Amino acid sequence: MQTHSANSSQVVSPTASAARELAIYVHWPFCLAKCPYCDFNSHVRERIEQDRWRAAYAREIKRGAEGVPGGVVTSIFFGGGTPSLMEGATVATVLDGIAASFTIAPDIEITLEANPTSVEAARFRDYRAAGVNRLSLGMQALDDAALKFLGREHSADQARAALATGRAVFPRVSFDLIYARPGQDVAAWRRELAEALAFGTEHLSLYQLTIEEGTRFHERASQGALTVPDDDLQADLYEVTGELCNAAGLQAYEVSNYARAGSECRHNLTYWRSGEWIGLGPGAHGRLQDGHARIATRAIRSPEQWLAAVEGFGSGAEPDERVDPEAALRERALMGLRLSEGIAAAEFVRTTGRTIDEAFGNALPALVEDGFLVWDGSAVRATPRGRLVLNRVLAALLD
Amino acid sequence: MAAIPHIRNFSIIAHIDHGKSTLADRLIEACHGLEAREMTAQVLDSMDIEKERGITIKAQTVRLNYTARDGQQYILNLMDTPGHVDFSYEVSRSLAACEGSILLVDASQGVEAQTLANAYLAIEAGHEIVPVLNKIDLPASDPDKAKAQIEEVIGLDASNAVLISAKTGENIPEVLEALVARLPAPQGDATASLAALLVDSWYDPYLGVVVLVRIKDGIAKKGLKIRMMAAGSSHVIETVGVFTPKLKNTDQLGPGEIGFFTAGIKEVAETHVGDTITDDRRPVAVPLPGFKPSIPVVFCGLFPIDAADFPRLRESLARLRLNDSSFHFEAETSAALGFGFRCGFLGLLHLEIIQERLSREFDLELIATAPSVVYRLFMTNGEMKELHNPADMPEENYIEHMEEPWIRATIMVPDQYLGSVLKLCEDRRGEQTNLSHTGARAVVEYALPLNEVVFDFYDRLKSISSGYASFDYELTGYKENDLVKMNILINAEPVDALSTIVYRKTAESRGRALCERLKELIPRQMFIIAIQAAIGGRIVARETISAMRKDVLAKCYGGDVSRKRKLLDKQKKGKKKMRQFGKVDIPQEAFIAALKMGDS
Ligand SMILES: Nc1nc2c(ncn2[C@@H]2O[C@H](COP(=O)(O)OP(=O)(O)OP(=O)(O)O)[C@@H](O)[C@H]2O)c(=O)[nH]1
Ligand SMILES: C[S@@+](CC[C@H](N)C(=O)[O-])C[C@H]1O[C@@H](n2cnc3c(N)ncnc32)[C@H](O)[C@@H]1O
Ligand code: SF4
Ligand SMILES: [Mg+2]
Repeated sequence: MQTHSANSSQVVSPTASAARELAIYVHWPFCLAKCPYCDFNSHVRERIEQDRWRAAYAREIKRGAEGVPGGVVTSIFFGGGTPSLMEGATVATVLDGIAASFTIAPDIEITLEANPTSVEAARFRDYRAAGVNRLSLGMQALDDAALKFLGREHSADQARAALATGRAVFPRVSFDLIYARPGQDVAAWRRELAEALAFGTEHLSLYQLTIEEGTRFHERASQGALTVPDDDLQADLYEVTGELCNAAGLQAYEVSNYARAGSECRHNLTYWRSGEWIGLGPGAHGRLQDGHARIATRAIRSPEQWLAAVEGFGSGAEPDERVDPEAALRERALMGLRLSEGIAAAEFVRTTGRTIDEAFGNALPALVEDGFLVWDGSAVRATPRGRLVLNRVLAALLD
Repeated sequence: MAAIPHIRNFSIIAHIDHGKSTLADRLIEACHGLEAREMTAQVLDSMDIEKERGITIKAQTVRLNYTARDGQQYILNLMDTPGHVDFSYEVSRSLAACEGSILLVDASQGVEAQTLANAYLAIEAGHEIVPVLNKIDLPASDPDKAKAQIEEVIGLDASNAVLISAKTGENIPEVLEALVARLPAPQGDATASLAALLVDSWYDPYLGVVVLVRIKDGIAKKGLKIRMMAAGSSHVIETVGVFTPKLKNTDQLGPGEIGFFTAGIKEVAETHVGDTITDDRRPVAVPLPGFKPSIPVVFCGLFPIDAADFPRLRESLARLRLNDSSFHFEAETSAALGFGFRCGFLGLLHLEIIQERLSREFDLELIATAPSVVYRLFMTNGEMKELHNPADMPEENYIEHMEEPWIRATIMVPDQYLGSVLKLCEDRRGEQTNLSHTGARAVVEYALPLNEVVFDFYDRLKSISSGYASFDYELTGYKENDLVKMNILINAEPVDALSTIVYRKTAESRGRALCERLKELIPRQMFIIAIQAAIGGRIVARETISAMRKDVLAKCYGGDVSRKRKLLDKQKKGKKKMRQFGKVDIPQEAFIAALKMGDS
């Protein structure tokens, strides 16, 4: 897909207003190896028949487009799994399919998540040629021991090299690090983060290690063989992170995402702002708006079953669900308060038919008074202190 | 009045865990009450709590048919009783329905405190007693020593005690023969007017209120209009029957028999354990002796977590009370907890069991407040008031003095642990009243304030004696002491449900220990939490729980929304199990566990 060339007949003019903006998430469910901390829908397979997968995505794109007539796609995100295991042709097929079925915004953001092994870095140019304009690189750590602990297939040097290639190829680049690892203290993280910031990318995703159920880390943690930092140290690490990023000109626009102004990930903002998105691929979730109601879509989770369903019945979807209004409210709060901009009041009224005051009742002023939230009539935001204990704030707010 | 020669009614009494329920299993098997495939270990312990804890809580009655060696057919009514001191009221009721008892003694342990206490109850009830020594399969068993103890400590002839193993079944036939030969047959007159003792009752979802009776005179059968003498109500009998242990309908129940009837009784409050049931048209003039009412010694408040459950709690308490007349309840209100009930129990295990039954059998989520004994307040205006709830304690200047309940404790312990036991009793302000030895074992008697033993004395005693000491107590009366009310403040707000009465002298250390315990029990929250113990206006202890600094999901993208939302819902459910005081969530365990502290 060539977003800035004339061969795409459906490009809308940037001045077109009130168009239905859409994000598209494409899930690629395969990895070279399963990382011990990862609970994503990712699977290790000997052989992947990319042409069958290409065809299946193409069919799902057509079907997906029928549900949202008049939608304008503002972002596409290839996530996983390891999308950098997709052949260039597969990415191209998906992007061309989307361009053929949807209207594409001229400034569309197209991100691909890549793992930094050399094999995968070699494909960067193909992705760029297919239309990808933003790279999200899973560096995870900048030292070999930590990468080994995280069960990663790449070395720190490979990560640095992949980053350099990525920056040469893509206009926008971000990378991920996992910190608050067992035994990591503030000083060690300062050093690692300083190096990360020195690369000078305009966006970083910095996640504290989470022990997810069903992972090998979870098993080890429950046997006492692995201990993550306690909440005090986690808080200290988090505060240091904000401080260093800030000094480097990157703002925490979301709990774990830091960017220079204007370089935020537009696709992910759609999630946090509770916008509309279509999910493509095994296990992908979507959210669409129907008046004031919210529709949740979901695809079959198992890669093989999804593929068989698409090939056999022409659809990999599970039944849609109308999200109950209270649950939808919880989702909005849960996502929106992660952002530094918070939940915009006007947008909230438009999509829910309720005002912020009506929706949250007495809990809101109480949390404002206690310094966890700010509510100024145009948006509700978590204070820095509130954001650090957002789970508690949400529990109190949504009582 | 004539003897009913083919019936024998007996209770199995013993110290806790000496094997009563296991012996009942063997007797049921020997008399073919249940088939092998229907048997489970301690089959009469039918409640889940009994099975899980391996203890009997409710006495159970079984009617068995036994053909003796003399060729005669006998009906044996067996009552299996609980051994724990908190349930001794169950024992008394069972004894009143029988003429004899099996006094079961674990031959590897010997006579223990409840062996003694229950043997005395049986003697008082005029029972013929058959001593049976159990667990002779154990290498550590010493039947001769156990016999000697029965004779020395209790004063019963043990020369013809039956030696058995309830586990292997050894000598079970001898037990059956001894029952037939040595226990008296019941007396009664079938032609006289009905006089039946109400032994127990419970609510059955299919049958409604079921009443267990021991018939003294007359006949109970379907269609008879009966009168409950104390309750003053009349009903027509619908069904009569017995437990074999399976429920079996019969035509009638006659003198000497133990069985049940139903009579369309709707009001749980109409059945009083110990009441006399008689023929409505031909009532007996004098009711049967009945039972001594039980006196609750520990009180606590029970409050529904969800205020809307209050009516259901009332109904559930009434049903439980039908089945357990030894606990008491009345409505109360708490500033912190809203509407609930003040409940009285025979001990802390009893309290725990009732609480657990309420949550299991009635699906109620409850908060129990700090348990308390009953104090007597002598007011400056000359009045005397009983204080069941520390929250109700008036200002100190209205109180002239206070008294607290005392008990006489009997402790049996092997000599090597005597020192630690004496120290424990002294630490609890006990006064020794007697000390004697039989063999290598000591029998110690102490006067102790009830308050000092109610909460954790039993656990401590067991732990300092490696489980060998046994303990029994009875209330003796009230004594004056210097007592004060200690308030607990959470973020400067007093929580009435956590206030306790303490000795002025030990108030500070008690306050410190309580604050420390609460600090462990209350999870960290968004705020700093200050926990203070105060006497009057004076703070005697303080702990702080630092604020939770970080609790946020690191990652949350489009695919996570549903899952993370459900996580939030789950967290909210967890919060429901807590009670909010100001902004602080206090888990329900805090209220009771705070008081079950080690020495303080
Ligand atoms: N070795 C051995 N163990 C026995 C014998 N009789 C009972 N037990 C065991 O002793 C324990 C207590 O037995 P129960 O029958 O529950 O005792 P209980 O007297 O009914 O106990 P409570 O009702 O709680 O007072 C169980 O673990 C039995 O298996 C016996 O003859 N030999
Ligand atoms: C969807 S994952 C997959 C991206 C890609 N496959 C990779 O591993 O680089 C996106 C990011 O989530 C982060 N992540 C995954 N599991 C995590 C965990 N248990 N704790 C913290 N971060 C995690 C990692 O930084 C990862 O790059
Ligand atoms: S972390 Fe990334 S590479 Fe590792 S298993 Fe998960 S999706 Fe695959
Ligand atoms: Mg038992």
